[in-house]
Amino acid sequence: MNLIRIAVVLCLLCLLPACRQQEPLYGEESSDSSAAVGDTIIMGTIGDASNLLPMLSSDSTSSTVAAQVYNGLIRYDKDLNFEGDLAESWQISDDGLTITFHLRHGVTWHDGAPLTSADVLFTYQLLIDPNTPTAYSERYKQVVEASAPDPYTFIVRYDKPLASALISWGMAIHPKHLLEGADLDSTPLARAPIGTGPYRFIEWLPGEKIVLERNENYFEGAPYIKRIVYRVIPDLTTMFLELQSGGLDQMGLTPLQYARQTEAPAFKRRFNRYRYPAFAYTYLGYNLNRPMFQDKRVRQALTFAINKQELVDGVLMGLGKAATGPYKPGSWPHNPDVKHYDYNPQKAAELLTEAGWVDSDGDGVREKDGVDLSFTIVTNQGNDQRIKSGEIIQRRFQQVGVKVKLRVIEWASFLKEFINPSNFDATIMGWSVPIDPDGYNVWHSSKSNPGELNFIGFKNKRVDELLELGRRSIDQAQRKVIYDEFQQILAEEQPYTFLFVPESLPVVAKRFRGVEEAPSGIMHNFIRWYVPTAEQKYQR
Amino acid sequence: MPLYLAKRLLMMIPMLLGITLISFVVIHLAPGEPTDMQTDLNPEAGIELKNRLRAQYGLDQPLVVQYGLWIKRIAKLDFGTSFSQDRRPVWDKIVERLPITILINVLSIALILVFAIPIGILSATRRNSMFDRWTTLFVFIGFATPSFWLALLLMDYMGVYLGWFPISGIKSLGYEYLTRGEQIWDVIHHLMLPVMVSAFGGLAGFSRYMRSNMLEVIQQDYILTARAKGLSEWTVIGKHALRNALLPLITILGLSVPGLIGGSVIFESIFAIPGMGKLFYDGVMMRDYPLIMGILVIGAFLTLIGNMLADVGYALADPRIRNK
Repeated sequence: MNLIRIAVVLCLLCLLPACRQQEPLYGEESSDSSAAVGDTIIMGTIGDASNLLPMLSSDSTSSTVAAQVYNGLIRYDKDLNFEGDLAESWQISDDGLTITFHLRHGVTWHDGAPLTSADVLFTYQLLIDPNTPTAYSERYKQVVEASAPDPYTFIVRYDKPLASALISWGMAIHPKHLLEGADLDSTPLARAPIGTGPYRFIEWLPGEKIVLERNENYFEGAPYIKRIVYRVIPDLTTMFLELQSGGLDQMGLTPLQYARQTEAPAFKRRFNRYRYPAFAYTYLGYNLNRPMFQDKRVRQALTFAINKQELVDGVLMGLGKAATGPYKPGSWPHNPDVKHYDYNPQKAAELLTEAGWVDSDGDGVREKDGVDLSFTIVTNQGNDQRIKSGEIIQRRFQQVGVKVKLRVIEWASFLKEFINPSNFDATIMGWSVPIDPDGYNVWHSSKSNPGELNFIGFKNKRVDELLELGRRSIDQAQRKVIYDEFQQILAEEQPYTFLFVPESLPVVAKRFRGVEEAPSGIMHNFIRWYVPTAEQKYQR
Repeated sequence: MPLYLAKRLLMMIPMLLGITLISFVVIHLAPGEPTDMQTDLNPEAGIELKNRLRAQYGLDQPLVVQYGLWIKRIAKLDFGTSFSQDRRPVWDKIVERLPITILINVLSIALILVFAIPIGILSATRRNSMFDRWTTLFVFIGFATPSFWLALLLMDYMGVYLGWFPISGIKSLGYEYLTRGEQIWDVIHHLMLPVMVSAFGGLAGFSRYMRSNMLEVIQQDYILTARAKGLSEWTVIGKHALRNALLPLITILGLSVPGLIGGSVIFESIFAIPGMGKLFYDGVMMRDYPLIMGILVIGAFLTLIGNMLADVGYALADPRIRNK
């Protein structure tokens, strides 16, 4: 009896309709919603930054923060076209070998010193210095001569035209007057950077937060939002709870959160959600050194056997697109007119039979010359989307008589034991897609040595030619023709089954105005975001 | 006693050496290297760059040489520089994470003791009573509940829904503008949920220990004697039984010493607390050898010291052992 009574009391306690937290009234449209200076935006990040000298770090938080503190010579605008940043203008010589940058006048570092072409030259010299522990030196080693004839001119010369040369000058310019002769390993600038960007560095509490404040002298005009706080919250669920409780103003949602947890009116009243294709895709890559994958009919059949839309729906909750090639749909290099492989298990079965793989002993698995059509897909631990995709693919392959095992391996071992030495049958992985279409390092036959990125061993003469042409051409129309053909060959050959392009799903508190979605995302006009005075939340 | 102490301290040196050697070998056996973070799957990074970075980190030398260099440095109490991209001294990275980790662990051990000791005593003296059964159930639920799950439920209910507690972190945004008193309250307010959650899981162990010690003690003859003398139950339990029942706890507390600087990654990630657990985990993931070794050495040292303190403390508290 006692037991029941206590259980009932416990249940009642849990159900007690306690006083619910008052919901803040940010969505309210105030009478005056004109642009005003002030307020703080708190952004959630999963990991802490590592190093705020951009050439020394490769993690995403560091580059996110650095993007507000530093400028490059040029950058991509919201539509992914080149635009001057510190460079007011630039010229490329007719032979495509020399680029001349004309710097803006009157730009100052956050400590007041003027920015000149000497800083640019110094950054270049630092990048190619063998003692600099940077992973970005390769592109700058192609430069044969760099000079700064006057304080506002910077000239680089190459011996061969290089398509990615221009964007390589989007690298953050580092301050010469503070770094010259300094030990890069111990310079305070790595923890307290001084740049030219729209925000000045204020403080960094390791593992906790990084605070930036608006640069009132910014050359494009001072930003409206007074302060940015990057809060480190390693757990995405916690981050979402913080967002709901008002402790965060911006974060990236997971597809599950977007689809299932943010539909409520109470949420939509306080936050704006955005969605656009991410610069990334997930693929199933076949190791072409394995005999069973050398017949392209087998690879085509496997692609036919996969229902890509099912993956998008099941893994991404519909928040993505089926992929057909290595470029982002909607970007200029993307070619939509390539061979399509809509889900068709009959076609898959026919192709496999045609290639000689038949289930003659009735065990549900096709075989050829006594070998079963069975292989292992490897993928890395920690990426749920890849693992789920693998499970769905496994079932689809089984339906066409292909037996697949799925193996999930810790990241470092995965690369060391499987990917780098090309010791796998098939793998589910992803690439991020740079805006420049040069795919030389991933697809060229010369890049298939151990540890290089063509680890599936793709070798195609025409593709090699196209890639060599493409990276040496600086005319976009000409490159478009080259990369269109490249994508057609990939679609025909199916060395990868391109699975899907996920979407970026940022969410921003409603009090921030001026947020504008564009092909490059939402951050392109961040300095023009503002909060109307009446809605500002943080006064100090 | 001093001789015994000196002996124990001397014994620690070969033990520490052995521990570091094994740790050093084991972490180098794991596939992957610190430079991989920068070079793996990086289209820009060629073989030549990989080799250059490895040389800069000294990874191109034989393992024995690397270990020798490390020992040489550690002998001078120099923990070296982190291999992660921030290149900071390992010691700095550890020291900035220590206070919050120790604070949370001390608070939660204190909270555990405050609850576990009375629970243990009452369960033992009222063995098989309703109280005993319910507290047993309660502490085992605590033991069996995954802390991350409980944490998320509490955060959602008490943080988002009721708004009683801050959800994560250890300080509010405007911390630097608060007065001293408000600052202290702010930190306490932030720590309530994490300390509660971590203490809940630890209740079972301590209270069960306490209960079984107490049970053993109250069956002793001297308790019978005390009762026969006509002492009040309070004096019998509180004075004669409790002192003896507390003895084994010294050992357990001693063994908890290295735990003071440790933290759970899951726990720290959920509450966004920049503590040692996360630091160590990230270090392992990035194969940041100097950092991993630094934390392991400190942990090993504290384990050895903790063991020794437990033995010494036990001897001080128990005349039977001291006089042997």
